[in-house]
Amino acid sequence: MARLVFLGRLEDVAGVPELACPLTEPTAFADLLLMLPPALAEALQAPKVRLALNGTVADAAQLVVADGDELAFLPPVSGG
Amino acid sequence: MPADVRLALAPFEPAAELSAFSARHVQSGGIVSFLGQVRAGEGVEALELRHYDPLTLPGMEGLAETVLARWALDGLLIVHRAGQMAPGDPIVLVAAASRHRRDAFAAADFAMDHLKSDSWFWKREKVAGEWRWIEPREQDHTDLARWTSQ
Repeated sequence: MARLVFLGRLEDVAGVPELACPLTEPTAFADLLLMLPPALAEALQAPKVRLALNGTVADAAQLVVADGDELAFLPPVSGG
Repeated sequence: MPADVRLALAPFEPAAELSAFSARHVQSGGIVSFLGQVRAGEGVEALELRHYDPLTLPGMEGLAETVLARWALDGLLIVHRAGQMAPGDPIVLVAAASRHRRDAFAAADFAMDHLKSDSWFWKREKVAGEWRWIEPREQDHTDLARWTSQ
């Protein structure tokens, strides 16, 4: 099981702040997206959405997600 | 000189924070501070700042290190709220203490620009009972770019 975490407006798109994703083997990011509803997958691939795997910012191109991982989707930030 | 960097999950008292900071840095000739608070008006009923535990505080600590490496400071304070706030509530307090004022002004300015648009926070506001996410403004990115074009 991998945990997907949706920050900011992506939580509204997903309808939940987190999603448990059953993985039987290490899965490339592109294949992981295929397991999600198409509208959500599209929102998660927006150019300004960054990724963090287990708390470290990661690049989608080389990303492989395995059982026990936490993958966070980070839309553009706004603080202060 | 380590910075005092905190992610506040509950309301904080800016005046008390600033008094304590000043008392810790009596040798400094100048302290510059910035307080950001929830704007009243425009129908805003509440503001919420979300954060992501693995990234947000470590990111703020990294920002503080950058600030300390760039300016000669005696002390640096960064307190940033997360959670729900009401109009008038403090959101962020930055204070920089230094021997001379220019370093303190620049350091506080730099820290605020990076907290606004280069830190791991997501902001939404409630207007007429409806929450909506606040996207970063173009001005925020322009403000941030000032520091790399110098």
